[in-house]
This record gives sequence, structure tokens and C-alpha cells, in this order.
Amino acid sequence: MTLKIIVKGKAKGKIMKSNNPINFLGAVDKKTGTIRDNKHDMFQKSLKDTILVFPHGIGSSVGAYTIYSLKSNDSAPAAMICTKADLSVVSGCALANIPFILASQDDYDSLTDGDEITIDTEAEKIL
Amino acid sequence: MELTKDEEAALKGESGETLQLAYRILVATGEATDAEKLVPIKWAHVSGVNYNTIGDAGEEFLSHLSKNAKVKVQTTVNPMGYDIDNISNYNLDEEFIKKQESIRKSYEKMGVIPSFSCIPYEIFDLPEKGTQVSFAETNAAIYVNSISNLKTNKESAFSALASALTGKSPYSDLRKDLDSPNLTIRMKLDNPNELDLGMLGFFAGKIADSSVRISGVNKMDRRSCKSLCGGMGTSGRCGKFILDDKDADSEKVDFDKEEMKKIYDELNTTDSSDLITLGSPQLGLEELSDLTSMLKGKSFKKRCMIFCPRAIQNQALKLGYTRELEQAGCEILSDCCTCLTPLIDKKNVDGVTTNSIKGAYYLKNSNGVDVNLKPLSKIVEEETK
Repeated sequence: MTLKIIVKGKAKGKIMKSNNPINFLGAVDKKTGTIRDNKHDMFQKSLKDTILVFPHGIGSSVGAYTIYSLKSNDSAPAAMICTKADLSVVSGCALANIPFILASQDDYDSLTDGDEITIDTEAEKIL
Repeated sequence: MELTKDEEAALKGESGETLQLAYRILVATGEATDAEKLVPIKWAHVSGVNYNTIGDAGEEFLSHLSKNAKVKVQTTVNPMGYDIDNISNYNLDEEFIKKQESIRKSYEKMGVIPSFSCIPYEIFDLPEKGTQVSFAETNAAIYVNSISNLKTNKESAFSALASALTGKSPYSDLRKDLDSPNLTIRMKLDNPNELDLGMLGFFAGKIADSSVRISGVNKMDRRSCKSLCGGMGTSGRCGKFILDDKDADSEKVDFDKEEMKKIYDELNTTDSSDLITLGSPQLGLEELSDLTSMLKGKSFKKRCMIFCPRAIQNQALKLGYTRELEQAGCEILSDCCTCLTPLIDKKNVDGVTTNSIKGAYYLKNSNGVDVNLKPLSKIVEEETK
């Protein structure tokens, strides 16, 4: 697997996989972790405790605070995996200590929505 | 990413908790964007000032941070939730005001310039061509990379804050002279107005990578250019555009009537409104001057909120624009902007008319109000008497 660890840590949870990028400021309720953008494929779903797998972040630079708020409100994903880096998501995860991994397209495609996985960035087998 | 000995030590915490946090953010963003090192920056522009956007967690974070943190370079800040001069006119709850004041004080304590503007490029002297800066606020990052010949990553609130505290930022691709975007958007609409160009920006942001080439757009006035930057920043991760009609060796996608209609239908959710907002990005002096001319002998049939930086409002007052705009029924607000404003609440407002693509997206998704999109010329034509 070609995974690049950006924020270290351990996590366990169910994969929630989206085909759409996420604008954290506009699309996510920072208290509950629910997606409130009715155009998003995860509309009304909660990110809380999931292994959030999505292409990349988009939009507002303040989305980083949304991620930090989710963690403070106990509504954050347990970890995030993207194919591309958006600085809002990366810096939000870095500050909130949410494990964040960049995956190649092949690895990304191999992750299935609903699967239970464990992440340990220090272990030999990361996923 | 390679760090100097001092940077390495700061990352380990040898220079204190604040700098350790800042370097942790810089290293994560640097690693994620394949930067080989950190470079010095001359100016940081920080977002995350409006209590509505950062909430209690953000307020507490800044309050804690500001106990020991000081900015190392010129640092300007984004709009907050209200205009300091007329807080009491807007029926805001005390809790909001208390938290917003705490945020404002935290930033001021860290030594920022209290600019409260999302258009720093229009109100401050720009450093010389090629200067490295760190701009959060997506419209501003895209604007200075594409128009002002400065260099910045499309920073986040935290990465720009980390730059402010350290004077450094990762040397990622947008900071280098690698002007070869892998995508060209061909603008197929003639004589576009600022709304059309905002939609072009929104379209481009959706499909572009970190930079994009745009052909078929010759000259843009400042209003159109800001609209394009605002739209692009909202929908994507793209941090720079290059206007270029040369037949470049890249993938090409057309932006035509059909594509524009799709964007319009996504963002325009109503045909009626009880309020007009102008700004996001905030209006500059040229725009206030244009608007004053357009409104000669006219007045708005409904409330019209205009957002501009305080520095611009002060100039507008001296030049007499403020009086004329107020006579035409405009409310001019400084220090704040349309995006996630607490001044527009779905309890009192059903629909908002605006020419801002960025404003439209956040009004709908964050404030929960419907949006009616029109270019400024049409707003003046149809909404005044």
C-alpha cells in the first residue's frame, strides 16, 4: 500500500466513504458533525466516530476550525483518508490530533463504505 | 520536509508550547503538499475571526493561545461578525457579542492589525512582485497569486496563523514559478458580467487542481475579478488562475451556457427576496464609487446591506459616497461581511438577492436562507424606484 501519514495516531471505526469533496465550513454542522448540504451525497449523515474517506477538502480556509470544533464537541471522525491535500483539512486534523492519511487512487478505491477498519500509523500494517 | 536545527527544536517544544503547535501545523501542511522546506514570509492574512464561523471551540483556542503568542510578521485579519460602530442596531444576543469581543481581543493581543477585511489586497500597500506571503481567506489567496504577483499557498486559518507566529510557510508548488496548470477552462460566453465570472470561478474551482488556466477572458474589472476569485475559492482547492489564450498543452474544458445554467440552478434557490446584500468579497472604493453613480436619482425598494472594510468606509465618507448611498437606502457596514453573518437570520429573512457567488453558497448552506442571484446592473435596474 502507498499511504502517506500526515497526522499520526490510532483509530478504529466504520468507513464512511463519499464521492464528493467536503467544504467543512459550509457543509458540516460543527456541533453535531452532520452534513447539512442537501447537494452532498452524505446529506444528513453524521461524521462522528467514522473513518471518513473522501477525495479532498474544498472551500473556506475556516473549515480548519470546523474540524477542530468537531473534535472539541466529541463529533469528529476518528480518522480521515483523502487522495489530495487541502490545507484546511490537513491543519484542522493536525491541531485536533485526528489521524490523517493521504492515499494513492488505487488504495483509495480499495476502501469500501461500511467496512470496519483499524488504523495504526505506527504499526507495520497501517490499515 | 527538511527542517533547520532551530525549527526542529521548536517542533520538539524547546521554544515553548505556542511555537511547537505552530510548527506541528506547518510540518503537517508541508508534508501533505510535498514541500521540501519552510520559507520566510513577509505578511500573513488570517481567517477565523467571526464567532459564527469558529464557535466556542475556536474562541477558547484563541483565548488560550493569545496568553503567550505574538505575531512575528505583519498580520491582517478577516471580517468578524458585526460592525463595531453599530452593534446595538442588530438585535444580537449578548452571548454572541461577548464571544466575538473575546475573539477580537485575542487577535489584538497577539499583535495583528485589526483590519477585519477579506480584501487586504485592496487596502494595504502590496509588497514587491514575487514576495512570499501567507493568505488564508480563499478569495484573497487566489487574488494575490493571480493578479498581484505575490506568492502564497491556499492557506487555511491555522496554517496562516502558524505563519504569522513563525514568519514561515511550507515551500509548496504555488510558491514556486511552476506556471503550468494541467487544465484549461475555455470561457465561451461573450461580454460576461461579474455574476457570470463568479460562476466561471465556481465551475473552475470544482474541476481544477491547485492551479488553472482560463482562456477567452480578456480584461476584467476589479468587481468581476473579485467575483471570480470568490467563486473559485468556495468550490475548490484551486489557489491560482492564469488568463492565457495560447493553445496550451493541457486538458481543455468549455464553460458555456449549459454549464453556467447548471451552476446558476445550484446556487439560485428563489426568485423573490426581502433583502439585498452586496459584498463577499467586501466592496472596495471603486465599487462604492460605481454604485454611487449607478444609484443617482434612485433608491432601493427593500433593505440593501453593503459590506466594505473600515478603511474604505472612512474614505467613502470623505468623498461623499456614504451620504449618497445612505440616501438611496443602503446600510453600509464595516468589519464584517455576508458570509456567515449573524446579521441575516432565517427567522427574519426568507430570501436574499445578491451578485456574490461566494455569498450565495454560504447564505444558503450556513445561514439557511434562499438566494436570488442577479448581476449588480440588474439589481439596480429591478430593485430600485
